[in-house]
Amino acid sequence: MSELKKSWLLHLGIVALLFVLQFVLPSYHHASMARIMVLTCYAMGYNILFGYTGLLSLGHALFFAAGMYGLSLSMQHLEWLAGPALIIGLLSGVVVSLTIGLLLLRTTGVAFMIVTLMFSQAGYLTVLYFGEFTRGDEGLVIQQELRSIAGIDLSDPTSRYFAALLLMTICIIVSLRVVQAGFGRVLVAIRENNERTRMLGYDIQRHKLSAIVLSGTMSAAAGACYCLLFGYAGATFASVQYSIFPLLWVLLGGAGTVLGPFVGTLFMFYLIDLSSGLTTAYMLIAGFSLVMLTLFAPQGLVGEIRRRGLRWLP
Amino acid sequence: MRKPTNNVSIKRNHQVDMGQVQNMTKQSSRRKAIKTLAATTALVATASSLPLFGRYSQAEASEPIKIGFQVHRTGIGAAYGRWYDRATKAAVKKINDEGGINGRKVEIIAEDDGTDPKRGAEVVEKMATQHGCDIAFGTLFSHVVIGSAPRAGELKIPYFVVSEGHHVASGMLNRYTLQPGITDVKSQVQAMAPFVSSSLGKKVTMIYPDFAFGHDHRDYFSAAIEAQGGQVVAKIAIPPTESSFTKYFPKIPRNTDVIYHVMVGPAVLTFVKEMGEFFGNSRPEIFGFIDSLEAVDLASPGLEFLEGTYFWEGNPRYAQANQSVYDKDYRTAVGVDANGASLSDSKDVSTYAHMFGCWETLHIVKAGMEASGYSGPKDRAKLIEAVEAMTLMPHSHAHPQGAKEFNGRTHQVFGHQYITKVTNSKLVLAHTTSISDTYYPDEVDYTKQPF
Repeated sequence: MSELKKSWLLHLGIVALLFVLQFVLPSYHHASMARIMVLTCYAMGYNILFGYTGLLSLGHALFFAAGMYGLSLSMQHLEWLAGPALIIGLLSGVVVSLTIGLLLLRTTGVAFMIVTLMFSQAGYLTVLYFGEFTRGDEGLVIQQELRSIAGIDLSDPTSRYFAALLLMTICIIVSLRVVQAGFGRVLVAIRENNERTRMLGYDIQRHKLSAIVLSGTMSAAAGACYCLLFGYAGATFASVQYSIFPLLWVLLGGAGTVLGPFVGTLFMFYLIDLSSGLTTAYMLIAGFSLVMLTLFAPQGLVGEIRRRGLRWLP
Repeated sequence: MRKPTNNVSIKRNHQVDMGQVQNMTKQSSRRKAIKTLAATTALVATASSLPLFGRYSQAEASEPIKIGFQVHRTGIGAAYGRWYDRATKAAVKKINDEGGINGRKVEIIAEDDGTDPKRGAEVVEKMATQHGCDIAFGTLFSHVVIGSAPRAGELKIPYFVVSEGHHVASGMLNRYTLQPGITDVKSQVQAMAPFVSSSLGKKVTMIYPDFAFGHDHRDYFSAAIEAQGGQVVAKIAIPPTESSFTKYFPKIPRNTDVIYHVMVGPAVLTFVKEMGEFFGNSRPEIFGFIDSLEAVDLASPGLEFLEGTYFWEGNPRYAQANQSVYDKDYRTAVGVDANGASLSDSKDVSTYAHMFGCWETLHIVKAGMEASGYSGPKDRAKLIEAVEAMTLMPHSHAHPQGAKEFNGRTHQVFGHQYITKVTNSKLVLAHTTSISDTYYPDEVDYTKQPF
């Protein structure tokens, strides 16, 4: 079997497994899995930029929040239905990532990281500043009866799970297609050696900008869907800690692997969920796990599996 | 809809193949043994059926009532969470010592929400679906309440918040969310206006953090002081990231009679110190919300400037000359001394102005469960209706902060507010508002929403 086929089989198998889990998981884990799948899309968006292109962003919460507020503000103030509002959420991600991307690409290295952090902080303060519309730190509630598309009630556990699975499946397919296409290979080349790729004649800036827009739009899709499925948008999701989370998820799962973001998000969720029941120092446990992984599996969980045998893993 | 039966059948199918043949004989003899045991039990049961039934009923009735406690153990609300935890434990001990609720013990299942709305929603889910809690209760910070309430509504679990936010009464939440144990910021703020305008002055400069909590103060107080014939002469919003405040003080107009401040977070000590340095000995009257200084010792260095200034307190931190027996007993039960600090550590200052809300809410839950004959989650709607039907709550051991009046339509309680003056580094009661000072027109009628 070709590596391409194996790769598709594995990823679609994971999707099928998640489909089956819908019927098996107890209620709490059922709801948690829906949340994990949405957040995985955020991490997958982050992975396009960090894992494949080698650009470390400390401000991705800006894109997540762009999607979240694109959807929630158009529903709250323009009284739009969930479907069109979701499109506005996605478009917000495209516009914000394209605009910020054009400015970001004037920087490189550490400056790139700092500027992403600054833009993100500016976005967070903007949400607070326009508190009259956004309700700032308190946030907005999207009422249950408004959270439906084409007659499907997305606050229903089953619909929510399938909506989250659909979003994650789309993100997996997009990631796989990107990685397998020439575009993705150029991104990896940029990550490995920026100058050599430039010397080979590729338009580095255009590829990087495309990666930022794709990454930002996937993150915005996750933000919009999170708001739609769980009924809340708040400034906390635009804060710096929500920029750090996808970095941690991707590092834990394996940067530059399609499945790494899912494994990392799942691992981190249950690590915090279980350890917070034992101690208030649960972030210490999370930090310790991260240090251990960095020492003994520096490529993350899926990255380590790839290194030890399954070299065809995308 | 989900199909739980699939779960069972899948598990059963998995169980069949492992050592199936080998286990057949064992299973057969085990079945015989079970049948024999069942027959014996049936005989015993027939011989003494009533006592056995009695014992079963007793066992069912002795199942504890599980109250999920969403607590800020970590994050920015940790100081509040620590004291909310103590007040909750003390209330549960009292309720259990007095026979529990409907004869059943109360069990608290605490989960840390990290003062984060995402985690808050997850914790409510965990309480409803994993721990099998009867209700969820307890959280303070508004963003955690607002982030969690939609999930509580979807899971149809009564969610009793102790937040003082206006979110419940504003109508943005749902029928499953109630705030019967603590008054909301809108009523607190507007009740201050008569005292401020009559005793301190009519020209007010407001200094507040530039986010939703500060904006609530700005909007509600501005309207209330104008209704009293006063005027807000300047509104100074301070960005939440600010750590030095010197540049803001020159913006205070010279004709200011009163400064109204409501800063929160660790920067409050710097704020007070710098305000003191700016004004020196000639300052206008100063009025603030104790939220700034909850869990902070008033004798801390840098707070000397607050001497002679006034504070809103939900419940007076220092035992007052007219202290009620209810406050005295509540203070002892929670482990708080006459200065509002822990009995075991005088440096560990309580969040006294807010934490009574946990104590009172749990007593309301008890009253509601007893009025509705609550026996389990199927009676959740009855419990909410019973609480919605409540009106007057007299000053008592269940309500040590003072008498209250509950509005079942808005799911919000109204009560007395206290204004204290800093005298010799202690807060001494200067004024108690009436409950009617805190009323405002209804903004929602949750009783019209279906369950």
